[in-house]
Amino acid sequence: MLAYIIRRVAQSALVLLIVGLVAFSMFRFVGDPIENMLGQERTVADIERLRDQLGLNQSIAVQYFKFLEGAAQGNLGVSYRQGRPVAEILMERAPATLELAAVSGILAIAFGIAFGVFTAIRRDGIVANVIMSASLIGVSLPTFLIGILLIYIFSVELGWLPSFGRGETVQIGNWSTGFLTPSGRQALVLPAITLGLYQMTLIMRLVRSEMLEVLRQDYIRFARARGLKSRAINFRHALKNTMVPVITVIGLQLGAIIAFAIITETVFQWPGVGLLFINAIQFVDIPVMAAYLMLISVMFVMINLIVDMLYFLVDPRLRVDRAGGH
Amino acid sequence: MTDLPDHTAPKLAEKSRLRAFLDSDIFFAFKRSPIAVVSTIVVTVLVLSAIFAPLLATTNPFDSASLNLMNGFTAPMAPNAFTGETFLLGTDDQGRDVFSTILYGMRISLFVGVAAVLFAMVLGITLGLIAGYLGGWVETIIMRIADVQLTFPSILVAMLIFGVAKGITPIEYRDQMAIWVLIIAIGLSDWVQFARVVRGATLVEKRKEYVEAARLIGRKPYAIMLKHILPNVLSPVLVIATISLALAIIAEATLSFLGVGAPPTQPSLGTLIRIGQGFLFSGEWWILLFPALTLLTLALSVNLLGDWLRDALNPRLR
Repeated sequence: MLAYIIRRVAQSALVLLIVGLVAFSMFRFVGDPIENMLGQERTVADIERLRDQLGLNQSIAVQYFKFLEGAAQGNLGVSYRQGRPVAEILMERAPATLELAAVSGILAIAFGIAFGVFTAIRRDGIVANVIMSASLIGVSLPTFLIGILLIYIFSVELGWLPSFGRGETVQIGNWSTGFLTPSGRQALVLPAITLGLYQMTLIMRLVRSEMLEVLRQDYIRFARARGLKSRAINFRHALKNTMVPVITVIGLQLGAIIAFAIITETVFQWPGVGLLFINAIQFVDIPVMAAYLMLISVMFVMINLIVDMLYFLVDPRLRVDRAGGH
Repeated sequence: MTDLPDHTAPKLAEKSRLRAFLDSDIFFAFKRSPIAVVSTIVVTVLVLSAIFAPLLATTNPFDSASLNLMNGFTAPMAPNAFTGETFLLGTDDQGRDVFSTILYGMRISLFVGVAAVLFAMVLGITLGLIAGYLGGWVETIIMRIADVQLTFPSILVAMLIFGVAKGITPIEYRDQMAIWVLIIAIGLSDWVQFARVVRGATLVEKRKEYVEAARLIGRKPYAIMLKHILPNVLSPVLVIATISLALAIIAEATLSFLGVGAPPTQPSLGTLIRIGQGFLFSGEWWILLFPALTLLTLALSVNLLGDWLRDALNPRLR
């Protein structure tokens, strides 16, 4: 088990190094940093001085390691567009995205598993069939169209919920939260549903098919023969054994939620990191793009690692096998 | 009469090929599946109307001389208050006929989607064949890159590539190049699927006797890969290509909707939806609704076709 964990950590580190290289190349080769930092009236001496200052005269390898060192210390460069340190901007924007992603993730997992179990147990019921058909539409609708549709129904026609922004926020230390004000909570509803819907349908369909698979097996039949209550069978015996693939997919989907937040944030003008990234692309703000890439890859790699660790908790067989040292 | 065989031989061959197709299991299964037939018809109609857009469209939405600003915001099937003209699907803020913009928009959406999938396919097949056939460190490098890329959602990869490419192109060419950049970005974000499947199939095929035989008679590796292995790994590629096409069309629409895709001068369906969203609150619903419905129909029918093809070509389900 330990060897496995060490190997996974090493792989993750490699991924981060490669992503770091990509981000560094973006910094270094896309758009000339000198060009961006000095104005029209520059002399050759100015350029040389700045080159020295930025370390652009050193070898590429040295520059790369300097870049990684800086990034690890939270020095992510200066935004071309806003003229402020990228790390500062990201810190300001991160709470909005994380709150949105957390709420949609919880929605997706809770409803996804609940609906999945329900549609598996009541396979031929009318409600289950309606849920399944609706989920097909949910999978084929592009995220941004779902967002627009929700805005149209709940903001334009019914006027119940706001269609853009975060509402009022409360500042707690460095963290600005929208959970504590009524308008903040209202503003969260539509974006969270938009972002979570696709993941919910995915989780639901997966839980359903896994449940159907497990429910057919012998030990479930024995459990029924023993006269266990169907609640105990469905949840304690069946659901628990569907968890390995479900956790994998949930883990991967958490990463996807953070990425798809870009789309949702743009539709709802949610002031998070995703909207920042889209604006950075529109205005070719390379440092912001590179920083976002690194931030999101650290998150993805961490999520993947945690998911891999979770297998051991959920499936005791893995612990035995690995510890047995095959 | 001596030249008769020359004329009939190819014709006969062609006819028997058509006959063989009509008699095949695939076509039989196709006839039996209403979903497949309907989605094929829908896709065909949409593709043909995109190709013949200049003939079908009532106006050329990009020819500013033919536009009349007075026609702006005409509701569908209702005469305009000033000019009295009627439009099937109404007009947008600049008096462009929505029906015509959709036809031209679909052209761009389909072109970008098809070109991106072709690009991804060629790249993925090449790398997959090389990785599977040669093995060794070449395989390790290619598949490692694929693994790293798979960690990230493809839409994010496409956005990053678009952003970087935009940074590299000089400002005056950015709008012109946008469509090509979009194709490359979506294509590069999608090659991994093809490479993985082709590599897997190649690993199986290369151990078979016909490959051994080809190697024995001294054929070069590239000839074995292209002439012998490639035809045998194509059917899963076809399935992935169809499903990828639906995804590529949606990816293109998403990028254009976010404002990092097709420019307003060459609007795709996504750009049209982006424009239409601005009029959602003021009540001009048709500017948004019709492009959105078109995109949905297109993506859904291609998707259903892909699903059907996957089941039809899967020998385990027969």
